[in-house]
Amino acid sequence: MTEVTRRGSLILGATALGATAVPLIGARGQGAAPAAGPADVPTKDVKPPDFPIEKGAQLHVIRPAKFIDPDQVYWDINTKKFTEATGVPVKVDYISWEDLGPQTAVIANTGAGADIVIGFSSTPFIYESKLIGMSDLCEYLGAKYGGWYDLALIYGQKWKTKDWIAMPIGGGTGPTVYRESWVKQAGFDHIPSDLDGFLKLCQGLKKINHPCGFSLGHALGDANGFAEWALWSHGASLVDENGKVTLDSPPTIEALKYVAELYKTMIPGTMSWNDSGNNKAWASGEIGLTFNGVSIYYVIKNSPDPKLQAIAADTNMVAVPQGVAKRSPMSAAILNGMVFKHTKYPNAAKEYLRFMMESPQYGPWLSNCIGYWCQPLKAYAQMKFWTSDPKLDPYKGAMDTIYYDGYAGPVTAASSAVVANYTVVDMFASVAAGAATPEAAAKQAQKQAERYYKT
Amino acid sequence: MDATVSTRITFVPPRDGWFTRLFDSKGFLVAVCMLPTLGLLVVFLTYPLGLGVWLSLTNATIGHAGTYIGLANFVSLAGDPVFWMSVTNTIFYTATATIGKFALGLWLALLLNQHFPFKAFIRAIILLPWIVPTVLSAIAWWWIYDPQFSIISYVLVNVLHVRSSYIDFLGTPWHARWSLVAANIWRGIPFVAITLLAGLQTISPSLYEAALLDGASPWQRFRRITVPLLMPILAVVLTLSVLFTFSDFQLVYAITRGGPFNTTHLMATLAFQRAIPGSELGEGAAIAVAMIPFLVAATLLSFFGLGRRKWMQGEAND
Repeated sequence: MTEVTRRGSLILGATALGATAVPLIGARGQGAAPAAGPADVPTKDVKPPDFPIEKGAQLHVIRPAKFIDPDQVYWDINTKKFTEATGVPVKVDYISWEDLGPQTAVIANTGAGADIVIGFSSTPFIYESKLIGMSDLCEYLGAKYGGWYDLALIYGQKWKTKDWIAMPIGGGTGPTVYRESWVKQAGFDHIPSDLDGFLKLCQGLKKINHPCGFSLGHALGDANGFAEWALWSHGASLVDENGKVTLDSPPTIEALKYVAELYKTMIPGTMSWNDSGNNKAWASGEIGLTFNGVSIYYVIKNSPDPKLQAIAADTNMVAVPQGVAKRSPMSAAILNGMVFKHTKYPNAAKEYLRFMMESPQYGPWLSNCIGYWCQPLKAYAQMKFWTSDPKLDPYKGAMDTIYYDGYAGPVTAASSAVVANYTVVDMFASVAAGAATPEAAAKQAQKQAERYYKT
Repeated sequence: MDATVSTRITFVPPRDGWFTRLFDSKGFLVAVCMLPTLGLLVVFLTYPLGLGVWLSLTNATIGHAGTYIGLANFVSLAGDPVFWMSVTNTIFYTATATIGKFALGLWLALLLNQHFPFKAFIRAIILLPWIVPTVLSAIAWWWIYDPQFSIISYVLVNVLHVRSSYIDFLGTPWHARWSLVAANIWRGIPFVAITLLAGLQTISPSLYEAALLDGASPWQRFRRITVPLLMPILAVVLTLSVLFTFSDFQLVYAITRGGPFNTTHLMATLAFQRAIPGSELGEGAAIAVAMIPFLVAATLLSFFGLGRRKWMQGEAND
């Protein structure tokens, strides 16, 4: 099980460039920040579920550490509002992303520690039997705020049922990030959504000496994100709906051959890139195209250095090439909230989560996170800050996808193990480097993935 | 001897109380004095080691305790090409880095054994690579090896113009392996150098003078005096160095995390990756336990092989 999931680490990669330099006030660039509040969130009139708060309740919440300041600032503000409204003291601990998994395991196994854990993506599915049901809370929120996105349903509901075991709070994704002027120079007026066109674009970019770059090393976020896009855009997947590994298949071979060709157009050294590799190369103008979270853009946009601001002005984002997939073949890292059965105050816990997702609290948090986290509830897509900077558009639909780690099978610890052990990444890397034929690499990856899925 | 009656008073000391007898008894004192040390060893060494071996025999994961499954983890590892790659990587890494560290460390020790200005100061700063926390030096090396921003590449391409493209240090398997070995040698030289220097200082200069008077060349002096007398300490340093290098984790993890495609994975980094992010504690423990035979063999080899009395005392002493 991995806390530092793919897309989360796409964002994490830019810490090397000083992400905490991002200021607190909302979206920049297009004039004064629009005030985010309930006014721009369409809400339906739905009666909230009744969670009578226990007497003497107090809550202990653990959640991932902030990546940008506003995340923590506004979460704390909202938590304080909850305590003022209900009188329930709440302690929020911000845990480093890589420690979150082991800490959650200790909490689950000892039955003590925190009441609410906001973990990543598939964590609730590992402790399914130890969590309290969230159906009443999530159905209410869905009815009030225009429904949940598909990815939220996948990460919130038990596989193939309508029972909620966790409440997704936000997601971060990594669309195509490109330099507009260089793409034009390569002879394209937009990023092709078909795979042949995309390869031609990358070949053109290499010709004009502004190559693309995607990590194929052991980068937890970027490399897994790229490898999964390569699979899904070719119609391949790690497993089928029954959880049977399907890596050794013709679509995978096609994907491997494609990536081998794409690798020839990449900047040298991508096999040693970790999650910050493409961020560093972007900020220094070495690459013209990559996949990444919004951090890559905001860090350079908010920098006082005019060279970086020029790069930011030339930077644009668009959804990843679709290939043969019917919907955008990119997933997102999800903040997933769960409440453990061992808590003494389950009602207070659910009430806290409900409160944090209501628009007077969630709205300011979301808008001040300026696109780092995307909403799981559809109504929040209408917030004005999403349109204040048109470049944010591809991030708005982060959770509007059906793709996730371990697509198309059930969300389990096995899919996280495949991600954490870079099974799919190494398959692509070995073929791209010429160290294995596509057929041999696919067979080996199939065997390795089957070891994780057999239990 | 005569028939006189003895009037001397014989002093019979009173019998000791049980408490005094207890603390006088050798066995008890030995036990009590050993207890704190034994306690520390058990808590910090035996228990974790035992727990690790136990975990390797179970299918424990981060989320669940797991049940006993015998040697199943080892069986599945035996059929795992990534595991065997990590074994060969570790052996290669240890062998080449140790040879490099000893060759350069011994040379450095011989140099430092001479008299020159600021000798004490230089002997002190020589230790810096060893003292700096490994993670920090690993990050520095990561920057030095960066495919786009390496200082070495910058000097070769932009300053000296001897190359036209930047060096890809870590992006191809063998480049990455040698780069990591180089970083490890850099970090390990001070330990070897300072310890061998201490050994060199115990060799009496009169031996060298006698050899000089007998007309021995520098090489003969090195081969016949320095090497045999250095053997005991060499055995100790070699053992420690091999142990440290074999179980190295920080350098590889911080620089490549085992990539590209597992070609720089050591057993320690693979064990961590499988156990913690991969959440398979049993399998990770099995990989770590698999290191034990190699470490024991290395210890026995260098300690007994190099510590042979003949080498210690000189050839004449059989």
